[in-house]
Amino acid sequence: MDAMTFDLGAERLRDVNRTLHRLKNGRARLKNPNGKHSVAAGLRSPLSVVVNGHCGYYAAGMNQLADVIIEGNAGVGVAENMMSGSVRVHGNASQSAGATAHGGLLVITGDAAARCGISMKGADIVVGGSIGHMSAFMAQAGRLVVRGDAGEALGDSIYEARLYVRGKVASLGADCIAKDMLAEHHTELRDLLDRAGFPDDDTADYTRYGSARQLYHFNAGNEY
Amino acid sequence: MRESATFNRNAIAEIQRAARTGVYDIRGWGAKRPLPHFDDLLFLGASMSRYPLEGYRESCGTDVVLGGRNASSPIHIDIPVTIAGMSFGALSAQAKEALGRGASAMGTSTTTGDGGMTPEERGQSQHLVYQYLPSRYGMNPDDLRRADAIEIVLGQGAKPGGGGMLLGQKINSRVAKMRTLPEGIDQRSACRHPDWTGPDDLTIKIQELREITDWEKPIYVKVGASRTYYDVKLAVHAGADVVVVDGMQGGTAATQDVFIENVGIPTLAAIPQAVQALQELGVHRQGATGVQLIVSGGIRTGADVAKALALGADAVAIGTAALIALGDNDPRWNAEYEALGSAAGFYDDFQDGRDPAGITTQDPALAARLDPIEGGRRLANYLRVLTMEAQTIARACGKAHVTHLEPEDLVAITIEAAAMARVPLAGTSWIPGS
Repeated sequence: MDAMTFDLGAERLRDVNRTLHRLKNGRARLKNPNGKHSVAAGLRSPLSVVVNGHCGYYAAGMNQLADVIIEGNAGVGVAENMMSGSVRVHGNASQSAGATAHGGLLVITGDAAARCGISMKGADIVVGGSIGHMSAFMAQAGRLVVRGDAGEALGDSIYEARLYVRGKVASLGADCIAKDMLAEHHTELRDLLDRAGFPDDDTADYTRYGSARQLYHFNAGNEY
Repeated sequence: MRESATFNRNAIAEIQRAARTGVYDIRGWGAKRPLPHFDDLLFLGASMSRYPLEGYRESCGTDVVLGGRNASSPIHIDIPVTIAGMSFGALSAQAKEALGRGASAMGTSTTTGDGGMTPEERGQSQHLVYQYLPSRYGMNPDDLRRADAIEIVLGQGAKPGGGGMLLGQKINSRVAKMRTLPEGIDQRSACRHPDWTGPDDLTIKIQELREITDWEKPIYVKVGASRTYYDVKLAVHAGADVVVVDGMQGGTAATQDVFIENVGIPTLAAIPQAVQALQELGVHRQGATGVQLIVSGGIRTGADVAKALALGADAVAIGTAALIALGDNDPRWNAEYEALGSAAGFYDDFQDGRDPAGITTQDPALAARLDPIEGGRRLANYLRVLTMEAQTIARACGKAHVTHLEPEDLVAITIEAAAMARVPLAGTSWIPGS
């Protein structure tokens, strides 16, 4: 089936999004996003959507079921609160990529800025390059894979999300610690890298980080 | 014996408690300190220069339309009293259902809270406002679409600048699952939104929520009262259809006592600031093209409702009073309150999960004490009384609709209240500061 094509340089974003919301399946191509915000936000069907160009804030926000490819860079909050499906950014992403996402797979082939995976709640995020400071802040569940380096305060106040970093970590946030890579972790990391399109990575090169679980109960010593 | 005004009994007890335990006090409820409030205002009923309406039969409208500025489906409520956001988690599922039943019986709205939307609440709520909070616990786009309005929460009056708390004893399996958290941990909600950091970003966030819901839902922005004039201006600039301002008397399920009592400003001081901001932007009381103002924090009576509306609110929200209407602090549980070291009329340990009235608890046996149908009936009764009381005052002031009340109908009986509310001291034309 041929893809429906929408020209965001000529059509109103709200009309394009409304049309996409009503499609049950199929393919769509969005041309000329030109940094517009909320491109392909709120999709809720198993669509295949390709965006040709750079997007502004909240591209593919709250995605459900759809597979979205952004052929360009993505602004703040790409795939924020994604529930399912996948979002692939063939470029770099700004702050808060995958923020609070509950499910699905977010792949960023380049770098992601600060707060990548902040408050993530079950999604999987794979970053081809490096991530900025305060990433995985208060991350509750899901997996964050970083093929490059991580900025300061990685995993601050983290709950049960699992972080895998191949490069250097500038510093760990409160209650985030390095943990052993057990067989199950190599297996799940292998699966994530394969699904994200990085089959040649050796999981032995990665370090796992997670919660020390020392902030789970209030006491006089852990208030800040 | 002479008691120190500075080191009074409360101060001494708190020092002793802190020295004994080494932890700060966490409790529910709102500010308990004396504050200038609606009690310090009086209405000027009609006489020679004003024409009253007959007190019972003549029509006095109470309905309000919220959020018509951008949304294709604004909310039309029958009374100007709404139910404030309170979470499932802080409250039992039965309590949330009762709030929905009571509000729906009177044609008004209720509001979710941190932790998401429950089927009980959605099912029983004619108008349900879905809170969009920094934690995004349970945030689900399907629920966003199921809601009748969306309320972006920046803060609440009990703790402007602070995130939520839910202690481990209330994180049972259902609450934990909805919030994607381990059972039994002491949970702190984020105090900052994770994907926007200022008013310009908020503009874009509001646009995203409109795109996702196809521009159907009214979007509220809720702030805790602090720098209210600026916050309201920024919220309107960002695109809010409705602004909710919560004064420091507004309740909480769990916050540090030092926070509740020392951060934020009284409701009375916040309303004129909010109204000034809306007036300067040309959106106050402008019908479908305007931005509506909802005020909360210490609303107890129909007189409080009428005074808030007279100062410029389009509607009010109640939280603490709604819980009391359901049965909170009922004297019939006094023996159990005393066993917990409290008493009926004083109980504020909502964080503790052992609420004898079955409202602020996740204990199945305690929660079962609250019948949602009976609780809903009690809340509807209370809302009915609030509305009739406000109508009584409006008619006495010659108003055919409660939102026709205006500051000109009010005077203050203290200099502080006159200055905060920006109405004259009774018997004078003096508004301090003007």
